[in-house]
Amino acid sequence: MSEALAKGEVTSTQLTQAHLDRIKDVDPAVKAFLHVDTDGALEQAARVDADRSAGKTLHPLAGIPLALKDVLTQEGVPTTAGSKILQGWKPQYDSTVVSKIKNAGIVIVGKTNMDEFAMGSSTENSAYGPTFNPWDLTRTPGGSSGGSAAAVSAFEAPLAIGSDTGGSIRQPAALTGIVGVRPTYGAVSRYGLIAYSSSLDQAGPFGRTVLDTALLHDVMAGHDPKDATSINGAFPDVVAAARKRDVKGMKIGVIKQLQGEGYQSGVQARFDESLQVLASLGAQIVEVDCPSFEYALAAYYLIAPSECSSNLARFDAMRYGLRVGDSDGASAESVMNATRNAGFGHEVKRRIILGTYALSSGYYDAYYGSAQKIRTLIIQDYAKAFAQADVLVSPTAPTTAFKIGEKSNDPIAMYLGDVATIPVNLAGICGMSLPAGLADEDNLPVGFQIMAPAMQDARLYQVGSALEAALVSQWGGHLISKAPALGGSK
Amino acid sequence: MSSLSRDDVAKLAGLARIEMSEEELVSLASQFGMILDAVARVQDVDLEGVAPTSHPQPIRNVFREDVVHPSLTPEQALSGAPAQEEQRFRVPQILGEAE
Repeated sequence: MSEALAKGEVTSTQLTQAHLDRIKDVDPAVKAFLHVDTDGALEQAARVDADRSAGKTLHPLAGIPLALKDVLTQEGVPTTAGSKILQGWKPQYDSTVVSKIKNAGIVIVGKTNMDEFAMGSSTENSAYGPTFNPWDLTRTPGGSSGGSAAAVSAFEAPLAIGSDTGGSIRQPAALTGIVGVRPTYGAVSRYGLIAYSSSLDQAGPFGRTVLDTALLHDVMAGHDPKDATSINGAFPDVVAAARKRDVKGMKIGVIKQLQGEGYQSGVQARFDESLQVLASLGAQIVEVDCPSFEYALAAYYLIAPSECSSNLARFDAMRYGLRVGDSDGASAESVMNATRNAGFGHEVKRRIILGTYALSSGYYDAYYGSAQKIRTLIIQDYAKAFAQADVLVSPTAPTTAFKIGEKSNDPIAMYLGDVATIPVNLAGICGMSLPAGLADEDNLPVGFQIMAPAMQDARLYQVGSALEAALVSQWGGHLISKAPALGGSK
Repeated sequence: MSSLSRDDVAKLAGLARIEMSEEELVSLASQFGMILDAVARVQDVDLEGVAPTSHPQPIRNVFREDVVHPSLTPEQALSGAPAQEEQRFRVPQILGEAE
């Protein structure tokens, strides 16, 4: 697409209109978008076309459409984070990520559906209804960035942005057969990213290929003085790494604790095959032991709810968003109580209550305090493992896409789906999911996860591009080309 | 087996400023034991002498120059307000007594 634009074979306006048409065709079935910004997208496309005609030097992604998770603020465009408490809110400012993608000339076509405040693994917790997996419309696309992943998978946009607090980019990428990356914590600014769990949240790119994803990653990353946790240093060249496609002599560590029991047979089979492919390309496969990972899920479901119970205190019905029960004589406290009851969904309330409990005096040391110490042990496990291997690998999720409603009444089963992705967030490192094929038993996509140390994001792209090239030549095309056709024309 | 009563959940909901229906209190209380058992696994590990991690980056004290930057106009700042009056946020009464 980028080449066709540069050569003048197609204009950004044509490309954007084609994607808006595709959204009109298939989104009534997929429901990836909460808001489609037709006018804003066509305006940006026209601006890029004018700049190109004027002979200006443009970014390789200029004029390419993108779907934006509704957790990032975009000035003047409705932003809800999937919650009723922010229904109708129009941000007064652009998040840093949005400023950067606008400056690169990327065209934002709309805001995508998500689990409310990114709390969930299926996009079923959105206050605006679920998103459906383009591979099988009776199944979830994963979550919480399910709308973004489904939009890319359904050819509604070639690129998307999500956020990943416990796997919310990598797991939906796996379940929809695309590439998704959670960058190193601090590599992408959190300014304008509506907070769920501040020490774990990180926005990142989705694409249909490793190189597309790298190009978008490169636009998003960088130091931002508006985010005090933003890394101020030299950023790795992920685009060069994605063009390298070479794993000769690299050491790849298989995490003993993240495979085998509990993993669907088709998931394990595709994972094992991908390992053989990497070995045949000249990588050395070693097994590494991360004993503390067994406790990662428990630690995550204490730390994230604790941070969210504090972060979501800002939704107090006073300055923006929903206000309920503001009748004559009603107190501020009763208005807050009523608004937060009406505005928050069930899962959000469950996590706020759990966090409130874990932080309350008398329980703090036993729950939140212990979870923070487990976090230290997980960081130490990674440090030991990365001393033996350049990257670590595992299946991205234990299963392929599950049915809508299958786990929605069983929070523990839902939480278990994040078991392989959560350790990355707790340690603040980076991870990628890329397609490893289809599981034999259900013909649904399987994700292969690659993990690298903090600020070594380039390694993800180097290994990912090598594996992708080998698999694509084996399959005779990208996995996404095997997705069933949806209503409209491609 | 951990458990939390309906009244415990009601107290936590009060602290979190969420007014919950009776049905929701009962349903949350019934799920809470299971969730607490799952997360209580963090106590199964010997954590003696392990330092807690609150944040993955070793960043400390990030300062910036004390200079004025452009910010939102009052109109922009109030554009999302549920209620406003005389260029201010209008909020419900915050003290106990009637007007």
